[in-house]
Amino acid sequence: MEIAFDQLLIQTINGVVTGMILALVASGLTLIFGIMDVVNFAHGELFMLGAYVGVLILAATGDFWLALAAATLAIALLGAVIYLTTLRPLLGRDPLYTILATFGVSLVLQNYALWQFGPVARKIEEPFTGQFTLFYLAYPWYRIVIALLSAAIIGALWLFLKFGTWGVWIRATTQDRVMAQAMGIPVPWVLTGVFAIGAGMAAASGVLFGPLVGVNHAMGVDWVLKAFIVVVVGGMGNLAGSIAAAIFISLLEAYASLWVSPAQAVIVSFVVLILTLLFRPTGLFVATPK
Amino acid sequence: MNLGGETVQALVTVEDIHTYYGKSHILHGVSLEVGRGEVVGLLGRNGVGKSTTLKAIMGLVHPSQGRVLFEGRPITHLPAHRLARLGIGYVPEDRRIFRLLSVTENLRTGLDRHGVSKARKAELLDKVYGYFPVLAERRSQAGGTLSGGEQQMLAIARAMMLEPKIILLDEPTEGLMPRMVAEIRQIIDTLRSENVAVLLVEQNVPLTLEAGQRIYFIEKGVVRHHALASELRVNDAVIHQYLGV
Repeated sequence: MEIAFDQLLIQTINGVVTGMILALVASGLTLIFGIMDVVNFAHGELFMLGAYVGVLILAATGDFWLALAAATLAIALLGAVIYLTTLRPLLGRDPLYTILATFGVSLVLQNYALWQFGPVARKIEEPFTGQFTLFYLAYPWYRIVIALLSAAIIGALWLFLKFGTWGVWIRATTQDRVMAQAMGIPVPWVLTGVFAIGAGMAAASGVLFGPLVGVNHAMGVDWVLKAFIVVVVGGMGNLAGSIAAAIFISLLEAYASLWVSPAQAVIVSFVVLILTLLFRPTGLFVATPK
Repeated sequence: MNLGGETVQALVTVEDIHTYYGKSHILHGVSLEVGRGEVVGLLGRNGVGKSTTLKAIMGLVHPSQGRVLFEGRPITHLPAHRLARLGIGYVPEDRRIFRLLSVTENLRTGLDRHGVSKARKAELLDKVYGYFPVLAERRSQAGGTLSGGEQQMLAIARAMMLEPKIILLDEPTEGLMPRMVAEIRQIIDTLRSENVAVLLVEQNVPLTLEAGQRIYFIEKGVVRHHALASELRVNDAVIHQYLGV
């Protein structure tokens, strides 16, 4: 079967757009893992709840951007509460405890959403409905905007980690928690803050992605699974690696769906995951470990 | 506190602390005092609890019994980051530089605190870069790429960023070249001249006797003896007894 150039280009754009959203979800996950050694199974539910808060605020105010900002803040706050009540007491225990705890939180949040909002998917209206012509397709501008916004949020995170006082604190805490504390860094607050930032990023991606898929209580499950694949392939805890892996895997899936149905194309990411674990378990996008 | 006719106000007082590591009893009642601006040495063989004493003062090890006072206030149950802000600097044995942070960022971990003005920050940075010109040359380099001696200097400079009243120095000359050892010796004198107290754990006995004013001898988790460094310099029987050298 011959693939036309225009199809290839469309799939490239699709892959990059999906990849950027995935990168946004995964960077929160990898941030929390890299700094706190917590595998956060509740990340997908923070994504989903972010989308729901977005739905509610959009319904109340009609302002998409306000909904995006408010959902981010609200879920960041919820993240801080979850950290303080369920994860901080487990500090210093075996990682298995935190995995079980976050898994428990994810079940609670998912069922809470089902009970509160019901099984019918809600819709977030796009903030604008403009389209441009891409060969034979009317391609929505909104998709391009999501990709750019995701990139901007990730870029802002990078600048924050690189230059701010909190950035220095967070990086020092990642490298040596005990010494960070001995230098006067309020490590318990740094950890709470990091969890809140990761949660806020999940919520922002939930709201941004809401208009494309519809919002329901189980929407987080697929995304977090894919985000976990990205985090492993990119090298656990490595922010740049996660971003590269997100785009890489999304592009592969987009190209694969030229030949097979999109549902089957998902297999590609599992193949990449298995190959990575077999041949380069520290991650594809990290320097060779010394 | 009165010793040798000199009266100094106690800055840090350790009162009969006991610590455990798992089931093993490490410190069996350590008591000592460090006065303001005083350089105090802590000598003893390997594994007798010298480093643990420093960690207990820094709040990194929690004593099961006994207490630590700082400026007369009990601090035993404060978290380490509060103690650092109160004015206790810690330079651990293995230096524990933040390897992926640049030299300046390593310094910023102690410098970026509330209540320190921009001008004061610049002043403090200039001051330590003046003391350690080699760090100034390498300010953008990652901490992990520095040599052992440079890392030791960075560890001390980093603690100085806290504007501490006392620095806990754990074996600062271990594994260093003689030239570097002399520099460390000078830094201790500089700290003393700035009225910063030092509690120095060392294997290098001559250096400790030269730099320190008073010396505590610790054996199997207990302080057995303490004396003025000036007395020990002329009479080394005690040193033979506790260190076997």
